Amino acid sequence: MVTNKKNSSATNTIQKRSICQRIKHHLNELIVTAPSFLWMVIFFLIPTILIFALSFRSTAPGGGIGDTWTFHTWKTISNPSYPEIVWRTIWLSVVATFICIVISVPCAFAIARASRKIRHFLVGLIILPFWTSFLVRVFAWKTLLHPEGLISNLFISLGFIQPTEQLLYNSGAVLVVMVYTYLPFAILPLYAAAEKFDFSLIEAALDLGSTPLRAFVQIFVPGIKAGIYSATLMVLIPALGSYVVPDIVGGTDSEMVGSKIYQRAIPDRNLPHASALSALLFLGVLLPPFIAWCFLRRRNINITETEAVEAAITEDNKRSKTKGGIRK
Amino acid sequence: MSDFLLFDGITKRFGNLTAVDNVTVGVEKGEFFSLLGPSGCGKTTLLRMLAGFEKPDTGRIFLDGKDITNLPPNKRRVNTVFQNYALFPHLNVRENIAFGLKLAGRPKKEIEREVDAMLELIQMGDHELKRPSQISGGQKQRVAIARALVNHPQVLLLDEPLAALDLKLRQHMQIELDLIHDEVGITFLYVTHDQGEAMSLSDRIAVMNKGKIEQIDNPAKIYESPRSSFVAAFIGDTNFFDGVVDKSIDKEYSRIKFTDFEPIICFNDKKIRPGSPVHLSVRPEKIQISHEHPENPDGKLNIFRAKAEDVVYQGSHTRFWVRIGEYRISVFQSHNRFLLDQRPIKWGDTVWLYWHADDGYMLEQYQETDEDLLILPPENIGDMDEEIEEESDSDTEEVNAEDNASDANGVAEDGNEQEK
Repeated sequence: MVTNKKNSSATNTIQKRSICQRIKHHLNELIVTAPSFLWMVIFFLIPTILIFALSFRSTAPGGGIGDTWTFHTWKTISNPSYPEIVWRTIWLSVVATFICIVISVPCAFAIARASRKIRHFLVGLIILPFWTSFLVRVFAWKTLLHPEGLISNLFISLGFIQPTEQLLYNSGAVLVVMVYTYLPFAILPLYAAAEKFDFSLIEAALDLGSTPLRAFVQIFVPGIKAGIYSATLMVLIPALGSYVVPDIVGGTDSEMVGSKIYQRAIPDRNLPHASALSALLFLGVLLPPFIAWCFLRRRNINITETEAVEAAITEDNKRSKTKGGIRK
Repeated sequence: MSDFLLFDGITKRFGNLTAVDNVTVGVEKGEFFSLLGPSGCGKTTLLRMLAGFEKPDTGRIFLDGKDITNLPPNKRRVNTVFQNYALFPHLNVRENIAFGLKLAGRPKKEIEREVDAMLELIQMGDHELKRPSQISGGQKQRVAIARALVNHPQVLLLDEPLAALDLKLRQHMQIELDLIHDEVGITFLYVTHDQGEAMSLSDRIAVMNKGKIEQIDNPAKIYESPRSSFVAAFIGDTNFFDGVVDKSIDKEYSRIKFTDFEPIICFNDKKIRPGSPVHLSVRPEKIQISHEHPENPDGKLNIFRAKAEDVVYQGSHTRFWVRIGEYRISVFQSHNRFLLDQRPIKWGDTVWLYWHADDGYMLEQYQETDEDLLILPPENIGDMDEEIEEESDSDTEEVNAEDNASDANGVAEDGNEQEK
């Protein structure tokens, strides 16, 4: 990291000199991307700013928005019940993400290894649930987990749970349904990464004496690292914001930030409060991709060729300084 | 059974395609043995069966006296250098080389020592901390070899290891491979479609075609006395004449008659009886081309009047296409300042073409099972470093073999008009 500083000053001057040329060079791209850019500004950026702004407005007595600026709402967020909900939101989402990834990596491996026909069929199976409404699927889970439902009865007859025990309306139910809901979002990016994976590397590992399991863990998993990052983001971010699942299959002890926002916005009509919670969630959701981005940068997954060469040179210099003298 | 490595009656089918057809090959310890053949001839399949990635349908594989047919890849003491190198992209050079030793659970110090020795052997000590993406093709190749060799395999398998390198690098790596082989003394099993590579590196070559072994011999014998017309056509370039042995002119020489060509005198070491149909193979570099009529003191020269149709300058030599009747004959002439014939031969010239009876080579026609073989792509010896089109994906290679074969025929028909 230290050695990079020297290089970066040199590259900066090159960048400055050619900035006009670069705009000219990218003019066509700017024109092409303008519509989607405008769309995102109008329907994403501006509303986000509005939400942030709204969270600093006072609350009107009859519900609605007052006309003075205040920090009052943000102060109430430190209300004792919120840290618990935030904590629950985080662990439910993280555990759901982890389970999704653990299930998806072998899935992705199997799909990528399947013959072309079967592969298309399997990918189709993963996309299939999207053809029915998300709500219907969550309600279907409600039926399954219901005390009179299939899974409940099965578990009782197998002796896994007592007849009095509830499968629904708790964090466990939320977790199961979240994993179910977000699994395709984990499998698809992992499959995309696995499809590009060079399976001759597995053969190479076997050839060098590795057992199939070790080859899978030591070669395949690092090989689809980029896919694991994107799958994590694809699951973790929507999971953090989920409110339908805890609302339908969760109970009072499994509320998440999303359900709280809903409560504040619709039944309570306390929009500044809902805005403050949304802003909080927004910042929270930005955190994992930011960490992942830092990670990817450090791991040189997205680096350009020149950067790679530079890194190689600096690494070489470092090595020759530290080790070269000793070895020769 | 004294062979160190023995493929005993191996057959392997993929669907309808027989990739390897009842092949029996023995390899001696320490030998540099090549499997040579066109794409889809089954050479890679044979290699993969030895590595353990494929199971033969019938037959056994013995290594050092032990039957290894059913062992999984990680239980076999063979290591492979893959065509695409298959270096682990998330590990650096040192970690790549140490991979096998770490799996074997060797003590750390020993691993360090072994890897250092390997890095020295491949002269990559300065690059040990680089990732595979940061080193060149030739360096990757060397790392791949080191990664396999460091485990001291009983046999080192090399699957077209030089195919992805450019010409100069390939020539350089050929020499390095040879040096490494001399140094480590491990048995090398080398798979290639490049006859130049096979000839210059190998102690012995097995020429394969359509899943069968055509000939196993040392390089010189393969070139000078091919056992089938496929071998003659595949190794180097050649001109074929189809005729019938007419009569013996003395103890050793016979006259061959043709329906569409003047009789040719040829050395008949196989004592082929008159009346037998034969292919006569004459290598382009054995044919002389001249403006002057040559002297023919012992009467053993075959001399023809021909017309030069194409003259292709190729640096070290010139390639002529000359026409005699319906035959188009390929001739190489190396550039020699002291050529008697100072007047260069140009397009359209009428010239003398001659070769000694000893330079022709008769192949009995009954050995020919398939006339198509004759027009398989002859990689001519002068351009031996130019690659023929190669299916890079070894998984699909055998499956696509039929496609390839038809492609190759298409190419051959264009470039190989010495066949009428």
